[in-house]
Amino acid sequence: MSATSKTASSHLPDIVGAEHVSTDPAELGACAVDGKLPSVTVCPGSTEEVIEVVKYAAAEKLALIASGARTKLGIGSPPARFDVALDMTRLNRIIAYDPGDLTLSVETGTPLRKVAEALAQHRQFLPLAVPYFDRATVGGTIASGVDTPLRQFYGTARDYVLGMEFVLGEGVRSKSGGNVVKNVTGYDLHKLMIGSLGTLGVMTRVNFKTFPMPVASRGFVATFESLDRAIEMRNRVAQSPLTPMTFDLLSPRAVDLFSTPGAERLAGSAMPAGVLSPGLWALTIGYSGKENVLSRYEAELRRMAAESAAGNVTVLGDRPRAAAFAFKREFIPIALDSSPATTIVKISVLSARLKDALSAAIKAAEANQLPWAVMARSLGVIYFALLPTEHTQASHRQVVGATNQILDASASLGANVTIPWCPSEWKSAIKIWGPERHDLAQMQKVKKVFDPLGIFSPGRFIGGI
Amino acid sequence: MEPRLLQDLKKLIGSDAVLHEPEDLILYEYDGSVEVARPNCVVFPRTKEHIVGLVEIANRYKTPIVGRGAGTGLSGGALARRGGILTIFSKMNRILEVDIENRRAIVQPGVVNADLSAAVAHTGLHFAPDPSSQKACTIGGNVSENSGGPHTLAYGVTTNHVLELEMVLPTGELIRIGSSALDSPGYDLPGLFVGSEGTLGLLTEITVKLTRLPESVKTLLAIFDTLDDTTETVVDITARGITPAACEMLDGYTLRAVEAYVHAGFPIDSAAVLLIDVDGVREGVESQAEEVAEICRAHHAREVRLAKDSRERDLLWKGRKNAFGAVGRLSTTYYVQDGVIPRTKLPATLRRITEISERYGFPIGNIFHAGDGNLHPLILFDARDENQLKRVIAAADEIIQFCIEMGGSITGEHGVGMEKDRLMPLLFSEADLDLMRGVRDAFNPIGLLNPEKIFPNKKGCGEIHIRPLPVAGASVA
Repeated sequence: MSATSKTASSHLPDIVGAEHVSTDPAELGACAVDGKLPSVTVCPGSTEEVIEVVKYAAAEKLALIASGARTKLGIGSPPARFDVALDMTRLNRIIAYDPGDLTLSVETGTPLRKVAEALAQHRQFLPLAVPYFDRATVGGTIASGVDTPLRQFYGTARDYVLGMEFVLGEGVRSKSGGNVVKNVTGYDLHKLMIGSLGTLGVMTRVNFKTFPMPVASRGFVATFESLDRAIEMRNRVAQSPLTPMTFDLLSPRAVDLFSTPGAERLAGSAMPAGVLSPGLWALTIGYSGKENVLSRYEAELRRMAAESAAGNVTVLGDRPRAAAFAFKREFIPIALDSSPATTIVKISVLSARLKDALSAAIKAAEANQLPWAVMARSLGVIYFALLPTEHTQASHRQVVGATNQILDASASLGANVTIPWCPSEWKSAIKIWGPERHDLAQMQKVKKVFDPLGIFSPGRFIGGI
Repeated sequence: MEPRLLQDLKKLIGSDAVLHEPEDLILYEYDGSVEVARPNCVVFPRTKEHIVGLVEIANRYKTPIVGRGAGTGLSGGALARRGGILTIFSKMNRILEVDIENRRAIVQPGVVNADLSAAVAHTGLHFAPDPSSQKACTIGGNVSENSGGPHTLAYGVTTNHVLELEMVLPTGELIRIGSSALDSPGYDLPGLFVGSEGTLGLLTEITVKLTRLPESVKTLLAIFDTLDDTTETVVDITARGITPAACEMLDGYTLRAVEAYVHAGFPIDSAAVLLIDVDGVREGVESQAEEVAEICRAHHAREVRLAKDSRERDLLWKGRKNAFGAVGRLSTTYYVQDGVIPRTKLPATLRRITEISERYGFPIGNIFHAGDGNLHPLILFDARDENQLKRVIAAADEIIQFCIEMGGSITGEHGVGMEKDRLMPLLFSEADLDLMRGVRDAFNPIGLLNPEKIFPNKKGCGEIHIRPLPVAGASVA
């Protein structure tokens, strides 16, 4: 037993109760981040307990990583240090939900599934349809900053998080924002927490704006022989008055992945028959409204598909649409599951350059003999999965080669490139945060104010923050 | 004012771009609020190099520097509270780039909000944040204040439309944060800087999203005989999951003032009206307009009018956007609040405001963004009467106190500035405020940039300064 775990295991039980502290190797192993094990796991039951644990960690200079369902801890650089795993899953209460105001306040360890069930009773929802949806918690979702197909219409968390409570690096409770839909009181510090990988504070509570469920939704899928044709249709829709809820492009291999048993398991449903055609690109569009609006969408989309020389066109009713949607939502887990060394490159680019960015990435993958699959959001966010068939030195070299090539090409396209997922042991050779950023110095200033002792997730964020 | 400082300023940007005579400065001691603070000099930079130079001079002489757009702000955010150099962006008003295909524009901070929308209107795009002062206010000011407007109910406030910022930090560094492409890696720095009320940096370039204009818009005017029916209607629209593009309420008092001034066609004998826009694809708009009209009727609307054409619609909106100016014709002074409440609390809050109005004997006009619970009660008083001045603050404080009790906030879109800093402890603990001050000090270490704003002085409460507002041109909100 290390010195850390000795002191920790004598103090932490006083704070959270002995049954909520563990140094059991299996527990520690389950909390590993990029292969690094903590010395102790602790599971606080309240914000007050979080404060005490953080105070203790600060006093002992222990590095702390908070987590929920641990589905997205693979994002980011390997931690420089890791002593205390802070398991937030006991903070799982819905604090306040007012359907009439469409506002919600929840503890961060609350599973998204539980939130969705509470909101569904009032025909409302949160547009956080993120990967690993069935297990993910509110806190992990916000801290990892992952997006969802629904961003096409609803935006990302920064557009509907109203306020937050969090614990700072010296154990001080703080908050920003509020629980009303419009508010400019004080700095929007909660926006900094979104996507910060837990490097600024431990979030304990998040306030959201909720949304009414659409009365009815449909899915539209058009298949294409070529990327060019698919992009042509994408442009037609983007220039039309239509405002779809989701709008994503899938590559032929992404389509193939969706028909595997692994994909069905991860999506929790079966892909409706005949929707996707093997070997073809697919443009998938979700839209909502009353009957007359749905008919208008269908008519216009059919026309645009014909003009773009689409192959197969399918319109999905409410239920099959929901089933197909789950595959889009779970694209990343499906891709991760399909190769022993999946590496996901996220390329954000101005939407008019989608095709150029995609072509450059495809070229890079093929030059390095790597299978690849794509899900690209029409707004200009590409998830490009490199899918080596083996996890070997050779595939490592191929992936490093391909990612470097993508980074080079993206610089001239003004794209943001990060590599959110790849095998832990490859991270030292891959520029997972992309090129060095000119605003890094400003980020370091922020970090120092929130976490002056550097105890939160040290080294996991951009530029070694 | 130190002669050498003045010399340095004139050398940097030319003597015609520097004002320092008292009769010139007096024009810049106001904004759209009731606050007053006189700068030592006013400068009109034309380039980002000028901004860098101005910040260097401010540092050399340890004198405060404050940025200002059109001065339409409603919380004293762009006033030189501690004197110093007031930096006006009106000459940095070029639209630098418009990218129609990607729906982006890069603008200098002095570009007038409505000018950007006008410049891209032929492409079917617009800049969505639409404060009522949009014909005057600048995008730099919108970014600093995180401005809203009637249509932010559906389209979001300024922060939802800003992607990248270039600015000069109070240390003199020229920096860029965020990116034109989505999902700039790292912390969401634009999220922090938008709405920081000019306390973190002086903007030099702003990249914004442009939004497609809807295919179809319908404007409804629902007329009510009681305030309760009006507010219950808003609650019901929200609860049924309908998000109109805008949902504004004007009470009878305001209506009569507006009608006398703008002749927009508002019914002067009603208790209140709702002005509601629904937009989107044609088919959806028609059924949504019907649905909204039905809800209004269910809550005893005396009449629901549908604007026949764009001319009628523009006239109704002109009435709304000029409402503050109209009320200004009735009283030498008014005090406008910007409280926010959860929307279900609208009826109770309006009842309380009426009660406060009666108890204090001040007429209060209510005109506000009902759809998102953002109130703008206008309290009419005579500022020449010292006693009234004290009592109007007490009345306003009671309203704000009630908003907070309802779970609301002290400002929805006007900002804290120097007007509401003393109210911040009602919402935030000392630890919360210390963190925000820490963030400010990290970027603005010696407090030269826009000092004494947002955060209350740590030693006790500051006092509120009120002076009469000039009546003309108070077209704000």
